Amino acid sequence: MSRVRVLAGTRKGLFVLEADGKRDRWKVNGPFFGGWEIYHAKASPADPDRIYASQTSSWFGQVIQRSRDGGKTWETGGNQFAYQGTPGTHQWYDGSQRPWEFKRVWHLEPALDDPETVWAGVEDAALFRSRDGAQTWQEVPGLRVQESAPRCPPGAGGMCLHTLLLDGDGSRRMFAAISAAGAFRSDDGGEHWHPINRGLHSKFLPDPDAEVGHCVHRIAKHRSRPKVLFMQKHWDVMRSDDAGDTWREVSGDLPTDFGFVIDVHAHEPETVYVVPIQSDSLHYPPEGKLRVFRSRIGGGEWEPLTRGLPQENCYVNVLRDAMAVDSLDACGVYFGTTGGQVYASADAGESWAPIVRDLPAVLSVEVQTLP
Amino acid sequence: MIRVELPYHLRTLAKVEGEVALRIDGPVTQASILDALEAQHPTLRGTIRDFTTGRRRPFLRFFAAGRDLSDASPRAPLPAEIASGEEPFLIVGAIAGG
Repeated sequence: MSRVRVLAGTRKGLFVLEADGKRDRWKVNGPFFGGWEIYHAKASPADPDRIYASQTSSWFGQVIQRSRDGGKTWETGGNQFAYQGTPGTHQWYDGSQRPWEFKRVWHLEPALDDPETVWAGVEDAALFRSRDGAQTWQEVPGLRVQESAPRCPPGAGGMCLHTLLLDGDGSRRMFAAISAAGAFRSDDGGEHWHPINRGLHSKFLPDPDAEVGHCVHRIAKHRSRPKVLFMQKHWDVMRSDDAGDTWREVSGDLPTDFGFVIDVHAHEPETVYVVPIQSDSLHYPPEGKLRVFRSRIGGGEWEPLTRGLPQENCYVNVLRDAMAVDSLDACGVYFGTTGGQVYASADAGESWAPIVRDLPAVLSVEVQTLP
Repeated sequence: MIRVELPYHLRTLAKVEGEVALRIDGPVTQASILDALEAQHPTLRGTIRDFTTGRRRPFLRFFAAGRDLSDASPRAPLPAEIASGEEPFLIVGAIAGG
């Protein structure tokens, strides 16, 4: 029977949650790296026992961990992230220019076909790659030096490269998202990048339709539809059918279109999940009800999924990297909250149950489907 | 031997218990202690001093022989009690309640 492994990065360590394909009884392992923030952990698609984790601390900076045995044991990788050449500057909150300065790794994206290769999205926003299993890191500077970079500002949480999507099937296309710069695409394996934000509208900008400056919270796509992208922007849920060249809003009948996470069903490329959050001033669900919303037609019309989720007095948030799906026949959907719950649905969102209820605030959730 | 006391999270990262003992040939300074510490425990590289600037991380302090030497020159000789091993060189993390 297939198994599922959930990697939950939290404010105080990494937890590895395991179950068989029924997904009703869970074993909780951890905390690993207790007391450290684990911004993200993700396994290699090419070797499911190879897991990379970003371990950070305001006191001690960045540490990279890797496991070769599915998270049972860990070893420290390289943690030197040096920008290539003279870093230059980007826009600061007050509009002045400020030099690029490495702060932490937000997202690790292992290559699809090589367990030794892993990409890192970092703050201040840049792209790094390791080809030796995270022992050493080299910047791939095309994203940081693209023409619009000096006009890119940080979001309040920092200028972070938080989303990386790889196309697969031999394609060298990649997508990245940066708060608060927007979405970017490379068609040559990360060497060159350009903004893909046409159709995004952000009222907080002097020019709401500017080329960059949009606070994209997350983008997602289905592997069978390389040109179809879904986006949860600061406000607005968006869709692109041309690999990001243009976007249109698909917020439709959502109770609010602010939020952080967005993901796509493993087997239904038009089935999309979001978790609406009240507003950018109130980072909790509307009416104190934790609801996942699902669209089966690629956005526009949404249905609330509530069975098993708290429907009163719930004021948690669901952060941008904290939702994932498995690829079992009945697609499993998972998300973690700032209240420390990790919820799982083994029936594509129809019903939910907590795997654990009292972890530290959850920063990221990734899922592996194992043989 | 030079004695160094690390904060909890750096002890777990370096997989050491108690103090770290270092042999240093030449002047005993903050820089020579940290160089020797990182050579003996490479996992600590970048966690005490910033990789790019080489400066002490802002939430860490260096105490020695009852004095706060955090802002002293990294190349200045440390007190005799540290050089003799009579007292440990303390690397202290800022206190936090979170």
